[in-house]
Amino acid sequence: MDVLIDNLPVILEGFGKTLQLLAVSGVIAMIVGTLIALFRVSPVPVLRRTGTVYVAIFRNSPLLVLILITYYGLPEIGIDFGFFTMITMAMGLYTAAFVAESLRSGINGIPLGQAEASRSLGLTFSQSMSTVVFPQALRNVVPPLASVFIALTKNTSLALGFGIAEASFRSKELLNDFPTSRWWIFGGIALGYIIIVEAISLGAALLERRWRRER
Amino acid sequence: MSTVLYDAPGPRARRLYRTIGIISSLVLIAIAALVIYQLYKADQFTEEVWEPFVTPRIMELLWQGLLDTIRAAVLAIIGAVLFGIVFGIGKLSEHAWIRWPCWLVVEFFRAVPLVMLIFFVWSLYSLQPDRSYISLVISLVLYNGAVLAEVFRAGINALPNGQSEAAYAVGMRKNQVMTAVLLPQAVKIMLPSIISQCVVALKDTSLGYLILAPGLTTAGRLIWGTFGNYLATALVLLMLYLVLNLLLERLAVWAERRFSQGRKLHVDAVGALGDEERTAAEKANAVRFGPESLGGGGQGRT
Repeated sequence: MDVLIDNLPVILEGFGKTLQLLAVSGVIAMIVGTLIALFRVSPVPVLRRTGTVYVAIFRNSPLLVLILITYYGLPEIGIDFGFFTMITMAMGLYTAAFVAESLRSGINGIPLGQAEASRSLGLTFSQSMSTVVFPQALRNVVPPLASVFIALTKNTSLALGFGIAEASFRSKELLNDFPTSRWWIFGGIALGYIIIVEAISLGAALLERRWRRER
Repeated sequence: MSTVLYDAPGPRARRLYRTIGIISSLVLIAIAALVIYQLYKADQFTEEVWEPFVTPRIMELLWQGLLDTIRAAVLAIIGAVLFGIVFGIGKLSEHAWIRWPCWLVVEFFRAVPLVMLIFFVWSLYSLQPDRSYISLVISLVLYNGAVLAEVFRAGINALPNGQSEAAYAVGMRKNQVMTAVLLPQAVKIMLPSIISQCVVALKDTSLGYLILAPGLTTAGRLIWGTFGNYLATALVLLMLYLVLNLLLERLAVWAERRFSQGRKLHVDAVGALGDEERTAAEKANAVRFGPESLGGGGQGRT
């Protein structure tokens, strides 16, 4: 217990880094993921194919190997934006595949009849999109997106192998320095992750509940 | 073809789509050409970069790494299925003193990063000579087992209530109902999810790199340590993992078609609030429309 209290500043600093990784790679994942989802539902076959290949590749490759490629491999051919960017890039591109799948399943979950009915009521295409299709898609998308971001939170811990002192890195160091109180260290830092995870799922649940009431 | 997002294209739209298609193909070709040029400029096509992968010693090293990786994944999945059965059924128990600890264990291991778990187990085994491999497998069992416990619970819950009610009505005991009636049916629904979890476990074996557990990524570390060909080695690793995982994914799709008729299990995110509410809603739906209505994202994969 004392170990946790004594090292609280270090641990909190670690979680700060974790959140920073989460935020930056989360933004990359949302942007790229939305783009890929648009590709996957587009009427142009070439784009659809591109989206499918992207998702198949990034969903089936280990995140660690992707980080190895961006962190060690790309600088070899002259692409180097600094190690933080390279790591978040790998995390963002990897997570983008899952984001794209969530968005796509959200859109595909809306029955065709919804669009047909709104068009037959005389709404224009953009009206039917903005008032009928997208609000429902958004509602479908929140729970799977929450699990994607929870997974990303846990995945940020991979950065510990690449010189970023985030929370798991701190836990590894503390385990080394204070082997006798390892259960406290593990439990305490795990609790930090659980708090982040719970915050994400709480946010998602609140959104869902609000929308359910609106309906 | 008409979807929610756009109407069936007329002649003008079709021409527009074709133009966009041609332009985007050109852009893709340009990107590919740029990548190849960049690789060429950085001397990535020379013999010394790729030669190691055709020398027998390195090929053997990679092969050994591949075997170690597959063995770790297989051991992890077997352990995880057992863990999942015990804790998944435990979560369904009617006794609160069984249900709550099981719930706590499952939620804990689902929420904790695997990397942290690996280092913790690793520190517990400080006296074992081959502790890296053991720690990797144990951590994978704990994490994937916790996910599979949720899958088992969801699979058994997806069965219509009538199944267990009928079994009780003909006088079966609780464990008979579970083993003779519920589990055999639930396994069919769960099989695709279990195979998808194999993909996750296989991907996560790559984390052995961090503690130098024998496996593909550690073999890769040895190779570029000797030859300095980081990019080429990482790409070879990526290819090996991709081939294995795409084969597994194909298997999962086949199993889904064969055994569960395209039904997917919905596994909630960790710590999802309103769990009770949603389960109640699912139950109500299941009664009303049968188990087919239990569709969902099936987005448990990381």
